[in-house]
Amino acid sequence: MSAASGLTIAVPRGALFGGTVDLLALLGLDTEELRTNDRKLLFEDIGVVTMRPSDVPTYVEAGAADIGVTGKDVLLEQLAHAQGERGRDVYELLDLGFGRCTMVLASKQSADPDHDPALESLRRLGVMRVATKYPRIAARYLEETGRQGEIVEVKGSVELAPLTGMVDAIVDLTATGTTLRENNLVVREEIVVCTARLIANPVSHKLKAAQIDALLGQLRALPAAGVG
Amino acid sequence: MIHPIPSGTRDVLPQETGEVRAITDTLRRVFDRHGYGEIYTPALEYESVLARADMAEARPAYRVFDETGAVLVLRSDMTAPIARVVATRYGEREGPLRFCYFAHTYRGVRPQRGQLREMLQAGIELIGAPAPEGTAEALTVLCDSLEAVGLEDFRIGVGDASLFPALMESLQVPLSARDELLATLVRRDFVALEHRLHEAGVSEDAAELLLDVPQRRGGPELLTDAPAPAVEAVTGMRRVYELLPESVAARVIFDLGLIRNIGYYTGAVFEVYDPALGAPIGGGGRYDELLGRFGRSMPAVGFALYVDSLHQALAGEERGTGALSQLRSVAANGEQL
Repeated sequence: MSAASGLTIAVPRGALFGGTVDLLALLGLDTEELRTNDRKLLFEDIGVVTMRPSDVPTYVEAGAADIGVTGKDVLLEQLAHAQGERGRDVYELLDLGFGRCTMVLASKQSADPDHDPALESLRRLGVMRVATKYPRIAARYLEETGRQGEIVEVKGSVELAPLTGMVDAIVDLTATGTTLRENNLVVREEIVVCTARLIANPVSHKLKAAQIDALLGQLRALPAAGVG
Repeated sequence: MIHPIPSGTRDVLPQETGEVRAITDTLRRVFDRHGYGEIYTPALEYESVLARADMAEARPAYRVFDETGAVLVLRSDMTAPIARVVATRYGEREGPLRFCYFAHTYRGVRPQRGQLREMLQAGIELIGAPAPEGTAEALTVLCDSLEAVGLEDFRIGVGDASLFPALMESLQVPLSARDELLATLVRRDFVALEHRLHEAGVSEDAAELLLDVPQRRGGPELLTDAPAPAVEAVTGMRRVYELLPESVAARVIFDLGLIRNIGYYTGAVFEVYDPALGAPIGGGGRYDELLGRFGRSMPAVGFALYVDSLHQALAGEERGTGALSQLRSVAANGEQL
């Protein structure tokens, strides 16, 4: 399956969808149906497949899509964790610049602005309990900063976990911080800034080098996608 | 009753075994025709012996103690064991020596990714044959093998492991930053590579070159306008290319960023790609210093094909051609291909 460009592109639904589709439109793809039909998954005439962002590396690694767009948060979460372990075999070609978010450690606000319940728990109990949708990023961050953590993986609204007292802190992605503030949570530490990335399958990167390089050239020439 | 086996291992039942045998029998005939003698080595080796090879990410993952307390490992490739055999058993013999093997190798895996803990590899090692002739011979045998099993659309990516280090050396990248830059390139994380180059204080022009060169891939035209620091590696590639028969040369894609995740490669490196599969189905390269680590310094080159991946690629291509069933009937009749 491929379009005029000869490439199959994995496009993430969700927060990065708009930015990705805008980019495809700038590249000259007819994105009309892509924008209007949110139930269809396969757009064969323009070589696009849509999926949730965390599935993009899976499809690209398997070669089911030649290239794809996904967040750095997804790539970091799927990175090799233990020594000797392998991460996703995908090439990260370009920082697309949009979808800018920050991965943060946040905990409940208290009356004393300097009082951080997570640090208090660490001081008194030797461990901080952290709820997150990103267990690998959270575990790696606590390890790198020399703190013992107990990671609680949740699938839905992470903000709920500290409010109910289940955990001391959360590790989550935030764009504006509004949801955190509304739930009485304060950003204590910034872990990493994440933007949308263009990734490629290693074999496609060789066998479809001309098409991929042409696309990269087009993307670099766009004023919107500042590299880096 | 259902009794589990470890993830990344498989039972191979008669139908599949028949197909795999058809592939390995064909490969064996090609290797034999080119003068490569088949050898077996033990799956278990002393850790301290195999540790002489710098395996980087491909180092052995499984260790056991024997009855005396010595540490044994399950081999993770066949190149290091064959280097050991050559140093130990062929100490006096002049090269070139030609060996082939069909052997299971053992690696650590990440679950649910289709990675194999136990992987059947078929390959050759050509020892005592320097570049460019030795490299050209290995590429020719590789191409003959894949054509004999009926794979049609495969391409061979050829790069040079010394290219990026040479580039960093001549552009005076700080020594302390080089290992990490190389590791980043092995992952092909070009976004991080750019950040790290800036962090390392590399000049704008040098950074641009270090980012651009490893992304160059294509036909032989790539070898004509290489930047000065890469000239040595690129000249080496051109010498190999000039020695290749036309049918092999037509399969080659030059890739100035090709680096394999095994530390012992010194010169030309290659990987086999097929559009039917999203991951390489084999790879290899020159390891001119590995034999020296085992006490018998000789230039060498080799490749390994991942038999299960090759089988998958054939099955993927077969949808059009029926190459696999043809191969099976040929193998069953014992005909020479």
